[in-house]
Amino acid sequence: MSGTARPAGPNRVAFARARFIAGFLALPVLLYLIYVISPYAQAFHIAMTNWRGVSASPAFVGLENFRRLLGDGVFWTAVGHNGLLLLLLPVLTIAIALFFAFLLNAGGSGGGVSGVAGSRFYRVIFFFPQVLAVAIVAVLFQQVLRPDRSGMLNGPLIALGLRPVGFLSDPRLAFWSILAVLVWQAVGFYVVLFSAGMASIPREMYEAAQIDGAGRAQMFFRVTLPLLWDTVQVGWIYLGIAALDVFAIVWVMTAEHGGPDHSTTVMAAEIYRNAFQYFKFGYASAMGVVLFFFTVAFAVAALRLSRRERIEF
Amino acid sequence: MGGAMVTETANTGGTGRSGRTRLSRSAARQRRRARLGPLSGLSHVALAVWTVLVVVPILWTFLASVKTEDEIFGSAWSMPAALRWDNWGRAWEQAHIGRYMLNSVIVVAFGTFGTMLLGSMAAYVLARYRFRGNRAIYLLFVSGLAFPVYLALTPLFFVVQNMGSVPLVGPLIGLDTRGGLVLVYIAYSLPFTVFFLSAFFRTLPGAVAEAAFVDGASHSRVFFQIMLPMARPGIVSITIFNILGQWNQYQIPLVLLSGQSKDKWVLTQGIADISTAAGYDADWAALFAALSMAILPMLVVYTVFQRQIQAGLTAGALK
Repeated sequence: MSGTARPAGPNRVAFARARFIAGFLALPVLLYLIYVISPYAQAFHIAMTNWRGVSASPAFVGLENFRRLLGDGVFWTAVGHNGLLLLLLPVLTIAIALFFAFLLNAGGSGGGVSGVAGSRFYRVIFFFPQVLAVAIVAVLFQQVLRPDRSGMLNGPLIALGLRPVGFLSDPRLAFWSILAVLVWQAVGFYVVLFSAGMASIPREMYEAAQIDGAGRAQMFFRVTLPLLWDTVQVGWIYLGIAALDVFAIVWVMTAEHGGPDHSTTVMAAEIYRNAFQYFKFGYASAMGVVLFFFTVAFAVAALRLSRRERIEF
Repeated sequence: MGGAMVTETANTGGTGRSGRTRLSRSAARQRRRARLGPLSGLSHVALAVWTVLVVVPILWTFLASVKTEDEIFGSAWSMPAALRWDNWGRAWEQAHIGRYMLNSVIVVAFGTFGTMLLGSMAAYVLARYRFRGNRAIYLLFVSGLAFPVYLALTPLFFVVQNMGSVPLVGPLIGLDTRGGLVLVYIAYSLPFTVFFLSAFFRTLPGAVAEAAFVDGASHSRVFFQIMLPMARPGIVSITIFNILGQWNQYQIPLVLLSGQSKDKWVLTQGIADISTAAGYDADWAALFAALSMAILPMLVVYTVFQRQIQAGLTAGALK
């Protein structure tokens, strides 16, 4: 009697299950398609148009934008800066972070296997820049690096009768100032990351190495680094992506948004400038496509090159 | 006998340590300390140098925020004659820092809540239900991790502009609206959230959920009342990750909230604007106060939750 009014049991269960799956996925997938997938798909198309100005109607020009990009000196300057950052940001950040993480975990007086006293305090302080917005850090260092006596660094120099350093106004120095600020903000994160990795290395490994007469440096290069290699690799990829995506530091901190004289400009800044200041939407999208291929190439290369024999412990 | 001795020395954590081994162990430690001792002091010097590098610029900003304009330009390191808290008042009122901060709170609150709700729903279904297209949808989400956002900026601007002409809700989600920004934040936070949480949901045991199904609980009830509470550690980590990521976002609001809608701007935009748009007649004392106001809440929140924040931000890298 009850079976006639409703669909059969298993069917109803399957229907409820399907309705649940569809119901839970509908909204996230819809939002994602509208705001993420469709813009990315359109970007490749816009890159092949001569679209300029908010209301103008674009015409298809094929690879013309890319041909023009080849001769665009400013863009290649930007690419060069991203390349330099891609090389230096991971190397410096990881080297400094490994150094501090090793000191925190094995720099104590307890014979090389204990951390220094107060290692928790240092970790808390070091990590703090990571929670600040990049735009805030940019404004902060803009003030710290001011060229006159109001600058945190130049104030004392001038007071001592020395010439002020144009950290952001000297085209030969500005890029290095950018790099220094990026490293300043990033190091703490990797200290914490590597510390967590080092803490999971069994203490016996260090003790065994010590009994064999290993010094601190040997312990670092023969024990810590090989066992930490997976984590270092992940850090390398994160920092590489970050180096390709640098924007806010350059846009907010430097004169002329990437100056002086294009000495600090990066790809993201050129994309934003061309799209939203010059309204060259087609041309800016072409730059975006180039950045996309650089990112993919980096990711593939990083995964290929850094894969090593994993050490289980 | 000999075998027992070997295990005893090798197993340092063992409880049955004999007096003799302990003695020789401490002697060895003493020798090591003599060899490595000074390094501990040097460790502290190196660590202290970086501590100074991190702390001093921030303290210096706080100091400048209570100085007069003349004191700021007179000498970078002079102490203020009096604490000029009126700088903070001007930053809050005239430079609209109060307004920007409120906007940031609103956008991040809705953005993170929406991200966590939609992200955990999608991640749960993708992690624990087998159906056609599961893998494709999962890969669609995860592929978003690889794209640089700068590629999407131009089309995204026009997508949001077009959303503004959708009937009924259009005025709430178009350009220059906080609603539009919230939806974009949610969409761009989904790839990592889905990636992380679906890995997390996969590791949870299924026995409790199965028992609940047997008792007649619906699918969504099992999700909200059983699986979601079980996934709490992962949810907390990724919530912190999203709050900080959305709070610190600068590029997307810069594109979507134009200069004509300054009353909708978020904090990062506001602070950056004071410093970039300001000419020579700028209120520098108020800029330092504004900067301090942006840093202070992060400092407080970080001090209270630093353990969870460190875990939340590094969670993605360790997975």
